[in-house]
Amino acid sequence: MSESLSKEQAKKLVDKYAEDAIRPMKNHKGFLPWMGFLGLVMVVFGYAYYIQLTEGLGVTAMRDYVSWGLYISNFVFFVAVSLVGMVVSAVLGLAGQKWVKPITRVSEIIALGFVMVAGLVIITDMGRPDRFLNLFMYGRLQSPIVWDVTVITTYVAISTLLFILPLIPDLAFIKKKMKDMPVWQYQLYNILSLGWIGTPEQYKILHKSIRMLSIIIIPVAMAIHTVTSWLFASTLRIGWDTTIFGPYFVAGAFVAGTAAVIIVMYILRSNYKLQDYFTDYHFDMMGKLLVLVSLLYAYFNINEFLVPAYKMKTGEAVHLHTLFQGVYAGLFWVVQIIGMGLPIFFMIFKHWRKPNNLTFIAVIVLIGAFLKRYIIVVPTLLHPHLPIQNVPEEFHHYFPTWIEMAVTAGAFAMSLTIITILLKIFPVIPMWELAEEKGITEEFEKYD
Amino acid sequence: MSDNNSNPNSRRDFLKIGSLIGIGAVAAGAAGYAGFAAQDGKEGHAGEAETALSDSEKKIKVLTEDGQLAEIKASELSPVQKDEYTSALQEQGREGIPGKHWVMVIDLARCRNVRACMASCQNAHHLREEQHHINVLRMQDAEHTEPYFMPKPCFHCDNPPCTKVCPVDATFKRQDGIVLIDNERCIGCRFCIAACPYSARVFNWFEPKNEEEDQDLLYNVELNVPQKKGTISKCLFSADRLREGKLPYCVSACPNGVYYFGDLNEDAVTNGTSGETTRFSELIRKNAGYTLLPELGTKPNVYYLPPKNRMFPFEFNGKTTLEDEHHG
Repeated sequence: MSESLSKEQAKKLVDKYAEDAIRPMKNHKGFLPWMGFLGLVMVVFGYAYYIQLTEGLGVTAMRDYVSWGLYISNFVFFVAVSLVGMVVSAVLGLAGQKWVKPITRVSEIIALGFVMVAGLVIITDMGRPDRFLNLFMYGRLQSPIVWDVTVITTYVAISTLLFILPLIPDLAFIKKKMKDMPVWQYQLYNILSLGWIGTPEQYKILHKSIRMLSIIIIPVAMAIHTVTSWLFASTLRIGWDTTIFGPYFVAGAFVAGTAAVIIVMYILRSNYKLQDYFTDYHFDMMGKLLVLVSLLYAYFNINEFLVPAYKMKTGEAVHLHTLFQGVYAGLFWVVQIIGMGLPIFFMIFKHWRKPNNLTFIAVIVLIGAFLKRYIIVVPTLLHPHLPIQNVPEEFHHYFPTWIEMAVTAGAFAMSLTIITILLKIFPVIPMWELAEEKGITEEFEKYD
Repeated sequence: MSDNNSNPNSRRDFLKIGSLIGIGAVAAGAAGYAGFAAQDGKEGHAGEAETALSDSEKKIKVLTEDGQLAEIKASELSPVQKDEYTSALQEQGREGIPGKHWVMVIDLARCRNVRACMASCQNAHHLREEQHHINVLRMQDAEHTEPYFMPKPCFHCDNPPCTKVCPVDATFKRQDGIVLIDNERCIGCRFCIAACPYSARVFNWFEPKNEEEDQDLLYNVELNVPQKKGTISKCLFSADRLREGKLPYCVSACPNGVYYFGDLNEDAVTNGTSGETTRFSELIRKNAGYTLLPELGTKPNVYYLPPKNRMFPFEFNGKTTLEDEHHG
């Protein structure tokens, strides 16, 4: 970094950045089939949701006791994944971890894709979505739902800014560089680049704003998932009535989000030849990060399950028996051991932090994270303080119907669509930041 | 009048509103019109109309909002809009009955699982078979203790966890202690179900039972009828009956004297079967009355008298012991 590159080398490097950043935005043979697939899933979603709207929430498997099910666990999962934007671009960035530079934009895109859909997911759970505006007309500050709506909206806003601001120099660059783009795209870049001409003064303002947003987003991100955990912790239910839920959820979110970033990094790297940006070193570091956050999460899990299991209070005992050796034991142990324990163990070894292996682990961790939300939501509701009696047999169980699964798949399709489109429209490689690191900002700005 | 005959719904609406402003008895004959909409000033000309007895000139007696009896030409009556009825009902429903603090006492020694309470409740609130505002549970406190039946309504807690979490104030606690639901505002998030430790709430997962018959009914927040798809329902302490000075549906339906209901401020509760009124404090003190799960801090307004000196032995499905049922 310190040794200055010759003019020629610098130009070559900028050339390479431009080429690599623009390549994923060009047409790709897999793009249309992929979008077609996502579109198809969303059509099925539309059909399923239409049935739910006309016939009522009864088309789900939810009933008066398990009154929250897959939809709410989806919501928690989507919020959890979106937290990664904050971890990578704010926490690691502020901590001076230079290696995260190429990953910041990917993680912001994932954050946006998931947090935007989280808001929609919660609507799919509403009995009267037609009265959504009541939240604003009659909103009461006492209710954690209102807090959630508030912080998630704020997080969407700040995340969007934190995505758009660091794009400015790159968009100004691409505007000059990409000749064959349609008019709307040019206009978009033109507007979003805000008349950027790359003066030192502009750089100074940009750095300052990014830094400020990085600081602001930390408490907001903590808040979205803490408040989401309070949807449960603020009740008197056995299994939810615990003080540890805030940090427990936040730690779990770090795990889910880091895994998601690793997967998207891998897809970008192998589809668009971006090995020079998402290098083995980056996977190695992300693997170490995943070990760190998983250990943190494991620590909270031990506290969450071992302490009540030691005491075995009446209600807790019933709940824990269901998890440890009852109906949910299979799922519980799979999630805890395969989804958390074994990944930690394997990732300690360097071999398992290589791109292919690490991505494999990340997929398992992400699936585990999804199932974990389900385990947090459902079993607790099956064990209220008073017995479930004089109701039909189906009230004693819960397993999602095809409608719930279709709506879930639709939510994922929406997130992936947002992520795909953002990756198509915007350069995923933060060119100016890399140029800055190499000390060739001047060449980058003067490039034509 | 002719208008009224062609539209039976307006009569029904009218009767429902009757108790609201006390016009019911007087104006029922005129029907279909709400008296308090009468215009002042025309009443002075009462005498002139006596001669002409055509329908339009007929006089009718109405009771105004402040309780004055008045006469008015039938032709000059104008019906109050349905919306106005509803909002008037909502307003009084949210306010409650001043000066009261309703309380229920359930004597477990007398319950033999007749379920007349459940039936009359479901009937009154147009509930589906699986929806219980009041549910008679089979309870056993410890392994070697005797099982007993425990009717469980909503406890109308003084520190209600359900109203706290409602994001839109659709469920609320009013001044007489009753926790109600406004199913015209409920967004169906079911946070209140999650929050209630007593599983007192039910949800309309499908179209309600009497969806078609009820669709023209005026919504009475104190009865929560008509029920609406995608919204919550629960025990209301029969707020509509209390307004008429009557005991709740379940309380009067019980053949075995299980229920006492009354006003904590007066320290008096009335047994729904015998009609006898006793001192609440004395009843609780003498019989070691208690509330359910007091450690949760919800401060229920439903008290239980322990199942001692039982009137009936426990028997359910021919068995005298409690099977190992789903404990939730």
